[in-house]
Amino acid sequence: MALHKIDHMTYLDGMEAIDSDIMDKVLEHLREYDYRQYTAQDVQRALVKEQLSIDDYAAVLSPAAMPYLEQMAQRALQETRKHFGNSVHLFTPLYIANYCENLCAYCGFNYKNRIRRGKLSADELEKELQAIAETGLQDILILTGESRRQSGPAYIGEAVKMAAKYFYSVSLEIYPLNIDEYKFLHECGADYVCVYQETYNPDKYDEVHVDGPKRVYPYRFHAQERALMAGMRGVAFGALLGLDDYRKDAFATGLHAYFIQQKYPHAEISFSVPRLRPYINNAGLSPRDVQEKQLLHVMLAYRLFMPFAGITISTRERPRFRDHVIGMVATKISAGVRVGVGGHLVEEKGDEQFEISDPRSVKEIHQMIINRGLQPVYNDYVRV
Amino acid sequence: MDDKLILGGHEFQSRFILGSGKFSLDIVKAVVENGGAQMVTLALRRANIGGEENILDYIPKDVTLLPNTSGARNAEEALRIARLAREIGCGDFVKVEVIRDSKYLLPDNYETVKATELLAREGFIVLPYMYPDLYTARALVDAGAAAVMPLGAPIGSNKGLCTKEFIRILLDEIDLPIIVDAGIGCPSQACEAMEMGVDAIMCNTAVATANNVALMAKAFKLAIEAGRAAYLAGLGRVLDKGAEASSPLTGFLED
Repeated sequence: MALHKIDHMTYLDGMEAIDSDIMDKVLEHLREYDYRQYTAQDVQRALVKEQLSIDDYAAVLSPAAMPYLEQMAQRALQETRKHFGNSVHLFTPLYIANYCENLCAYCGFNYKNRIRRGKLSADELEKELQAIAETGLQDILILTGESRRQSGPAYIGEAVKMAAKYFYSVSLEIYPLNIDEYKFLHECGADYVCVYQETYNPDKYDEVHVDGPKRVYPYRFHAQERALMAGMRGVAFGALLGLDDYRKDAFATGLHAYFIQQKYPHAEISFSVPRLRPYINNAGLSPRDVQEKQLLHVMLAYRLFMPFAGITISTRERPRFRDHVIGMVATKISAGVRVGVGGHLVEEKGDEQFEISDPRSVKEIHQMIINRGLQPVYNDYVRV
Repeated sequence: MDDKLILGGHEFQSRFILGSGKFSLDIVKAVVENGGAQMVTLALRRANIGGEENILDYIPKDVTLLPNTSGARNAEEALRIARLAREIGCGDFVKVEVIRDSKYLLPDNYETVKATELLAREGFIVLPYMYPDLYTARALVDAGAAAVMPLGAPIGSNKGLCTKEFIRILLDEIDLPIIVDAGIGCPSQACEAMEMGVDAIMCNTAVATANNVALMAKAFKLAIEAGRAAYLAGLGRVLDKGAEASSPLTGFLED
C-alpha cells in the first residue's frame, strides 16, 4: 500500500512552533551558496583572516580549498590549541532503546528493518551505568531510537536521573522535543542536546525521510533552539555527510550553529561529523562522496569558522584517523563504545544502528591520548 | 628587599600565577617549579575529584590553590561552584569567572560584582576576573574583592596588553592589587605589564602552547621579576624626539 506522506514542512499536532528566523536565514544562505565560484585567492584571503566571515567560510569549504588542506590543518591546530590547549574530552554513548517510528532510507533503525528491538529496564540501565562509570568516564551520552510510544520523555527522564547519579555530565541524542519536555529532562539532570539534521536540503530531506514524525523538517531544525530556551547548557549540530551534497550540508550546519550562537551567546556549541561511507572500491566515482580527506576538510572548516566550538569524532572512523584529528581539530572522542542497546554489562537487547570502526576501550584511548602528548579530560562540567 | 604580594592577608614571594587548564597534567609540577609559581588556578568543573586525571593529584602540595568558577553563567552559579571548591578542600581563595559568551569568553562584569559580594560575605578571598572598567573595579572594591584581575586581551588569544591604557587607569585609581589575567602571550608582555606597576601576572595559554613548556615557564618567571624590579627601581623618562638640549627655550636668560 502506498504511504500517505505528510508534508515535510508542516508541523504535526503537538509539535511546538517557536518564533525564530534562524531556519529562514540558513536556507537563504544555502540557496545562494555556489561553491564553484570560489577561487584559490578567496581561500588564501580567508586563511589569513583572524575571524572568518560567512563568505570566507563558504570559500574554505569550496573545492578551491582542497589544495590548502595542510594550511587549513596548521591553522586549525593553532586555533584548537588556543581554545582547548592539550585537552581531549572522553565520553561514551549508551543506547537505552532502539524502537523507532520513522522510515528513513539510510538508517538501520528504521521501522521496516527487521532488527532486534529492545529497551533497558531500570535494573538493566543501572547495571550498564555502573559498568561504564567503573571505566572512569564522567560524561555520558544517552541515545534512543525515535519512538515516543516506546521510549517517551518520562522513560528517558528516569534514565537521565539515574545517569546523573554516576556522571557529571549527561547529554542526550534523542528525538526532538518541545520546550517543556526539554525543561523536564534538564531538571532530571541532562545538560546537553545533540540533534542532527541529517541533510539541510529540504528536498532531499523530504526524499529520504519517508514516513514518521521525523519527516517534519522545521521541527527538527528548531530543536537546538528549543533546548536552549529550556535551559540546556549546550547543543550539538551535525549533518549526515554524504547523504546529499556534503559541502552544502556542512555549510548549512556551520551557519545553523553560528546563528544559534549569535542569538544565545552563552550556549556551548559543538559539531559531530557522521558520514555515509562511500561504496567500497568506488573511490572517486562520485564527487559528492565523503572520503577521509573530505571529512577532514569539513572538520577543518568548522574549526576555522567557529574556533571555540567542540568537535566530536566518533567510533565510526578508524583508529588512525581518530588519533590524528584529536588535538589538531577534534576535541572530544568516544571510547569503550557499544552501539547495540546495552552491551556493557547487560547482554545486548537490541541490534546496532551502525558498525563501529574503533572498538578500543577507555584505557586504550586514554593511553593513546597521552602518547600523542595530549591530556585526557574526563569532565568539564559541574552541575550546580 | 622585602617585596611581597599580599592577597587577602596571605603573602606570596612569586608574582606569577599559573593557569592550569590547558596543560598536560604530568608537566604541571615541572612548570610550577620552573616558573616559581606559588599559586595555581584550577577549574573545579575539570577537577574530577577521586577519578581519573584529577588535577589535584598533580599540583604540588605547597602551592596555594586558586579554584575558579568557570562554567558559571551568573553570580548564583559562581557561588555554588565556589562552595563546592571549599567543600573539597581547595581553601578560601576563589577566582570569580562569570562568562556568558562562548565565543570570546569575556567576563560579565555585572554578574562578577554580584558574585564577588556574595562570596566575600561568605569569607572567601575573592579574585574577580573582569573587563578593565573603572566603575566595575570600584564596585569590586566595595564588594570586598581581594584584588582585581583585568584581562589584557581575550582568553587564549596571546595578544598581549590590548587594554593597557585601561589597566593603567585601574593602577592609578584602585587601591587593591591588580593582576593581569588573560591575553598575555609572551614574557616581554608580562614584563611590560609589571613595569607599569601591575602586581602580578596570571598566565596559561602562552606557557601551555610553547614548544618547551618548562623553559617558557622559567622565561615568564624571569620577565615578571625583571618587570617588577624595573617598576620598583623607577623607570627613566623616555623622550619623544631623541636628545634634549639642556635649555632650548630658556637659555637666553642671564643668571
